[in-house]
Amino acid sequence: MSDLNTLTIAAARDALRKGDTTAAALTAACLSAIEGAGALNAFVHNTPDLAMQQAEAADARIQAGDAPDMCGIPLGIKDLFCTRGVPSQAASNILKGFKPEYESTVTQNLFDAGAVMLGKLNMDEFAMGSSNETSAYGNAVNPWRRGNDDTALTPGGSSGGSASAVAADLCLAATGTDTGGSIRQPAAFTGITGIKPTYGRCSRWGVVAFASSLDQAGPMTKDVRDAAIMLETMCSYDARDSTSMDIPVPNFEAMLTGDIKGKTIGIPREYRLDGIPDEIDALWTAGKEMLADAGAKVVDISLPHTKYALPAYYVIAPAEASSNLARYDGVRYGHRARLSHGDGITEMYEKTRAEGFGHEVQRRVMVGTYVLSAGFYDAYYNRARKVRALIKKDFDDAFAAGVDAILTPATPSSAFGLGEMTDADPVQMYLNDVFTVTVNLAGLPGISVPAGVDAKGLPLGLQLIGRPWEEGDLLNTAYALEQAAGFVSKPSKWW
Amino acid sequence: MSIDTATAARVAKLARIKVEDDQLPALAEEFNTILGFIEQLNEVDVEGVEPMTSVTPQRLKRREDVVTEGDQQARILSNAPDAREGFFAVPKVVE
Repeated sequence: MSDLNTLTIAAARDALRKGDTTAAALTAACLSAIEGAGALNAFVHNTPDLAMQQAEAADARIQAGDAPDMCGIPLGIKDLFCTRGVPSQAASNILKGFKPEYESTVTQNLFDAGAVMLGKLNMDEFAMGSSNETSAYGNAVNPWRRGNDDTALTPGGSSGGSASAVAADLCLAATGTDTGGSIRQPAAFTGITGIKPTYGRCSRWGVVAFASSLDQAGPMTKDVRDAAIMLETMCSYDARDSTSMDIPVPNFEAMLTGDIKGKTIGIPREYRLDGIPDEIDALWTAGKEMLADAGAKVVDISLPHTKYALPAYYVIAPAEASSNLARYDGVRYGHRARLSHGDGITEMYEKTRAEGFGHEVQRRVMVGTYVLSAGFYDAYYNRARKVRALIKKDFDDAFAAGVDAILTPATPSSAFGLGEMTDADPVQMYLNDVFTVTVNLAGLPGISVPAGVDAKGLPLGLQLIGRPWEEGDLLNTAYALEQAAGFVSKPSKWW
Repeated sequence: MSIDTATAARVAKLARIKVEDDQLPALAEEFNTILGFIEQLNEVDVEGVEPMTSVTPQRLKRREDVVTEGDQQARILSNAPDAREGFFAVPKVVE
């Protein structure tokens, strides 16, 4: 078989079962694709020896029969996941050289199922960013270009390396994490599928924390079926994460029937924003028609507090970040600044954090510090948490009225050029998450499905939002949308 | 509400991040942009709304208060910038 790295998880699984290929051959094909893709800067720590060892073990297991679906599947792992003995630095200089002595629960689940790790993937520093431009490793680059224009485009963020690697077929799939849209926005920018499950589905243990009440891991894959397969393996109840949910994980793939007859799809009127490109509006309309043609009932709904999601997010996420990132103090791990004569512990903290954190991370930590400080806690932090409760209630009301899933655009634009937002104020960059951030605030599952291309030839995604804990139903609706949209475009190889 | 350079300096100090004096005006301006954006929250009527603590109503599980994964001093110290004699080493804390 040629071009093994271009296979989906499902196709590779079936080929492995039939003996048409081996995990070693799949892994070798991916390693060679990675070697030739330095220009994308997607993989930032390669683990070829570990990958080949894991592949050989997977082949033995497949030979013995009864191997799980993910056995022998070569993956890229976002740098936010702690992987034992392998650099895990959240794309930050403050964790330079950090090699965890433990494995995150999500990667452990994947390895227990026989998955292969090719290496660690680029991302925004501490997952704070929407363009992968805050990374200590430099920008990851989108394999897609605007036709013949060779301007380097962002793969989105924060899971930019994951998105770039999957879109460019450097791996069969990748892990991502999503705090405000960090799986779904890069998936949309690169023409791949990405799902953020319900908060509590995937253990956060061993995932470097950004905003603990919002962070969730999820798969970034070539299609919806692969998302279903990989998500099932990533999910588990974990006593090490106190917010992990102790409920059974269904066989998501078995729920992909493509039958959505009688389902009610809500179209939130507040997601129709001024200044959104006509192409995105047209795609949204097309998506509605596709779901209606498939037998769903499409209804207009209202989520009245949508407008306040981003401002609430930019209080809550920095507040939690300022607390979580207090641990980077130069004492237990990571970078410690060189001290001058007479410097005490306070100077050590201040210099270490100034040197180790990039600009965006410093800014968010300080904004978080401010909104939590005495005198402002009620005015900002508590008010944002109240607004968050109202945002969740909007969704609860819609679901209570019989809505099964909500259809929205995934992003307000297609991928933009790296550096094009440099002079914009930070709020302009934050607007990238305008359609995705509500889902994190409400703890809901959300999936981005590639659904078309714009006039520049760049992919666009649609987002479906589901009821809590009903990822299977959501994936099935996404599957129906995927089939109707028939998106099969791939970036032309220039790297 | 407008943040001046003195407030920016105070926030940087609280966050334990060294910011050079010449950087403070730009930092204060960024704070003002972000806080201006956040001000929109004041339009929302939150009377009688409880602040959210958890998206899923759940009671945290209890566990026995016992050591489960102890006795791993070497692994815990393995990433320390400065570890000596089984301890993390830091500059003098008390004069």
